[in-house]
Amino acid sequence: MSITTPDAPASPKKQRDSRLALPTKSDHVRGGSYKRRESALGLALVLPATIFFAVFSFYPFFKNFYEILYVPSININNPAKFVGLTQFWDTISSSSFLDSLRSTAIFVVCSVPLGVLGGIFLAVLAHQKLRGIAFFRTAFSSTIVSSAAVAGAVFGVLLNPADGFLPWLGIHFSPNILESPTLALPAVALISSWQFVGLSFIIMIAGMQSLPEEVLEAASMDGASSWTKTWRVTMPLLSPSIFFASVVGVIFSLQSLGVIDVTIGPYGAPYTHTNVLIYAIYNQFVQYNNPGSAACYAFVLFVITLIVTLVQFRLVEKRVHYGQ
Amino acid sequence: MASKHVRRARVNKVVRYAVLTVFAIIIVFPLYIVFLDAVLSNSQIATTPPTLFTFHPHWNNFAVAWRVGGVSHYLFNSILQTSIIVMAQLVTSILAAFAFAFLDFPFKRTLFVIMISTLMIPFEVTLVTNVQTVSSLHLFGSTVGLVIPFLATGTGIFLLRQAFMQIPKEMREAAVIDGYSNMQFLRRVAVPLARPGIAALAVFSFLGAWNQYLWPLILTDNNVSIRTLQIGIKSIGGGVDSANVQIAASAIAVFPLLVILIFFQKHLVRSLTAGAVK
Amino acid sequence: MSQVQLSSVSKRFNDTTAVDALSLRIEDGEFLILLGPSGCGKTTALRMVAGLESVSDGEISIDGEVVNDVPPRYRDIAMVFQSYALYPHLSVRKNVEFPLRQQKLSKAERDEKVNVALELLVLSELADRKPGQLSGGQRQRVALARALVRQPRLFLMDEPLSNLDAKLRLQMRADIVALQQRLKATILYVTHDQVEAMTMGHRIAVMNEGKLQQIGKPADLYNKPANTFVARFLGSPGMNIVAASLSGGSVLAGGAPIATTEHPDATAINIGIRAEDLVLSPDGLPCTVVLVEDLGSEVQIISDTQQGERVTVKCSPDSQRPVTGDTIYLRAKAEKIHYFDAITGERLYDLLPQDSAVAETVATNETSESA
Ligand SMILES: Nc1ncnc2c1ncn2[C@@H]1O[C@H](COP(=O)(O)OP(=O)(O)O)[C@@H](O)[C@H]1O
Ligand SMILES: [Mg+2]
Repeated sequence: MSITTPDAPASPKKQRDSRLALPTKSDHVRGGSYKRRESALGLALVLPATIFFAVFSFYPFFKNFYEILYVPSININNPAKFVGLTQFWDTISSSSFLDSLRSTAIFVVCSVPLGVLGGIFLAVLAHQKLRGIAFFRTAFSSTIVSSAAVAGAVFGVLLNPADGFLPWLGIHFSPNILESPTLALPAVALISSWQFVGLSFIIMIAGMQSLPEEVLEAASMDGASSWTKTWRVTMPLLSPSIFFASVVGVIFSLQSLGVIDVTIGPYGAPYTHTNVLIYAIYNQFVQYNNPGSAACYAFVLFVITLIVTLVQFRLVEKRVHYGQ
Repeated sequence: MASKHVRRARVNKVVRYAVLTVFAIIIVFPLYIVFLDAVLSNSQIATTPPTLFTFHPHWNNFAVAWRVGGVSHYLFNSILQTSIIVMAQLVTSILAAFAFAFLDFPFKRTLFVIMISTLMIPFEVTLVTNVQTVSSLHLFGSTVGLVIPFLATGTGIFLLRQAFMQIPKEMREAAVIDGYSNMQFLRRVAVPLARPGIAALAVFSFLGAWNQYLWPLILTDNNVSIRTLQIGIKSIGGGVDSANVQIAASAIAVFPLLVILIFFQKHLVRSLTAGAVK
Repeated sequence: MSQVQLSSVSKRFNDTTAVDALSLRIEDGEFLILLGPSGCGKTTALRMVAGLESVSDGEISIDGEVVNDVPPRYRDIAMVFQSYALYPHLSVRKNVEFPLRQQKLSKAERDEKVNVALELLVLSELADRKPGQLSGGQRQRVALARALVRQPRLFLMDEPLSNLDAKLRLQMRADIVALQQRLKATILYVTHDQVEAMTMGHRIAVMNEGKLQQIGKPADLYNKPANTFVARFLGSPGMNIVAASLSGGSVLAGGAPIATTEHPDATAINIGIRAEDLVLSPDGLPCTVVLVEDLGSEVQIISDTQQGERVTVKCSPDSQRPVTGDTIYLRAKAEKIHYFDAITGERLYDLLPQDSAVAETVATNETSESA
């Protein structure tokens, strides 16, 4: 056959010959080595990522246990001494650790629910067909651009006790809000939830956009009001996104070191009250040069992260309220 | 009758826009203050009632931040650090995700699980050892040290694998029959088709890298010349005489991200719809 | 020349045998249809020929060379997928050009070939569109153009028309047949649609549960099905099969004689009769009418025997029609009765000459003269 001269009785033989010359026997990659090549390529492609993970995630992760179980000798020439779990128990039973744990809990409780609920609320608002809705969606996601340093800087201005917004609104704190042992942490948590609400919104609106439209339409046809539709149909279907955002929010909040560092700093008055786990790790390591203790804090932080993530997986796996 | 409905619908529409606008203002307000205060003098920033608008922008803040505050350096460093991280993450993620999505090789499942499990190790847990590792490689206080722990990302691999797996099997087979090698298929078909996912990853990794705090804080502590913008903002400080400069630096830090967000907001949402959450 | 030979080819996936000792031969220039119900292993067989699936057992050879271990790219074949598998980011032109980019051709040669292919499938006007901007039929044509631009020695097509609506399918059926004749292409074509198979192929290979049931020309398969499966699968409606016995020169079904026969007495056999070969009569096989369908040109009466076997009768629209629930009596034209073994389902008495791996029927094809 020949399509260059479709109507003429082609000379298939001649053509074939030249084409057959291409794949001669020696060109054929035989089954075995063909497979082997694919294996080699696959391994080669995952190699770079594997190396980086090995060196900068897994090695330090396991090294962390070493730091917990061994303490360096006074004489740096001697090998580190095995102390078992002594160091770990000592650290996590210390009052500063318990303070830190409590601060972390307060911080998470003050920041995550607000960020998640805010995201849901904004997504419900923005999930409608209106001219110019893209503008509002961008506005609602905009807090995603705010870094710890930027948030710290601007809220430093907004929460300035002497001038500006607080006095204008007739709000006076004594001591100043960012120096108050009770209010500083919730205040920073609020800043953190503002930072998070943009991402939370993006997750929620993405979730809403992947909802099966027929279900919502069916609900409208059944005469459901938009309120009922939101509560009875959208929210249950959105539960995977809500869980996902909650987990991301908790992890984000557990790692909110920057905003605390910028707004309060290591020497701020309420230090012991704002010394959340992540900040404690930093302080133990950088300020006190105590990697063993930092490792113990880090391990606890890891366990909390792990539990939160596993809970998320379990809940989603059970498909709490999945569409299908 | 009908006109009543029409009128009600119109009122309803106005209410909707009003509600949207109110909340948009609340959410955007702090960012608005960043850009406003960036062009206010320190005395304008510290007034009661607060300044909410100005007809006389004080552009000098940027000049001070740029020259005196060291923002020119910081910005360069941030751009360098962020570009390296984004590029490297894209490359490592595309390669690994392609392998996981399309190739068959030993330990594939195990390796995938291992890579995804890095999502559960908070970076802070690895902090102490990574500082030691980077120091022992003599990279402490260097740009390489600044970026090296972040050259691969489990999230990126996961996200792109999802994107690649949406490519129908037949497309790959058609290419195989036509004589395309795996790498040719990657370049000509897989990457172009996964472009939205790749763009989303690029944006997420840009945001992450640009806004990094803890690692550069530690790593640039003894070397101002590689300090990034975020740490620069902190080091300028927010005292009575420097608040406006700090805010001007913040505006410089936020501006590129806002531009990116305006262009890619849709991509970010799309990358998280359907598959990605599950 | 391009001949494809499958010799006892099997494919096992873990515990399922998708293709079971399949032997067939595709001659140069032949349009061979692989027909069978969904899940019978057609796609798997095709993919083994393409090299996309490894062969568990047996040998596949193309032009006399065993290709079991030859990667797809060296087999010089083209495949048209059910889903078309067009690249959405490439224009029609680039899609068609895609296979050529792996060959050592100059840009001019490539363009030339692409243009010819586009013209052949009436796509020139659409060359700069993206697949997303095309209708289903146009996409299908692009897929065909992409397959034939490379002038491969063998075309594989996996249900290429099943995503089209009925009218387009009819159109494309004719187009593909015309194209095949024009190009003298060798095609292995998979479908589950027996009408498609009957109208398009030179020969049909019917598969069921991984096994080859019968291979031959459409008319042979229709007139002399090798077993009850083929009998039921071909034709619309498929052949009626009812339990019967032969006694004293009569065929007895449902206790009543329905036709004469020249075969010796036998019990426990099945007989097959096509709907058009049954007639309503005052006596014969009693059936209860389930549904009467008026198709305009004819009337189909769907009924059940007392044993619960489904029997469809065609009669002319002017004749007296029964209504649902009526009992009707059926007789058959003696020479139109097919006899099958009740247990194995195999055809009895007048078998076709065995036509397994070696195809003698195609020798009569128009391809032979060009060789
Ligand atoms: N990759 C596979 N893994 C396991 N079983 C498969 C695979 N591909 C096909 N099968 C099984 O093989 C049988 C034949 O499938 P297929 O060739 O696709 O049938 P057809 O194309 O005739 O519909 C089916 O039972 C199917 O479930
Ligand atoms: Mg199939």
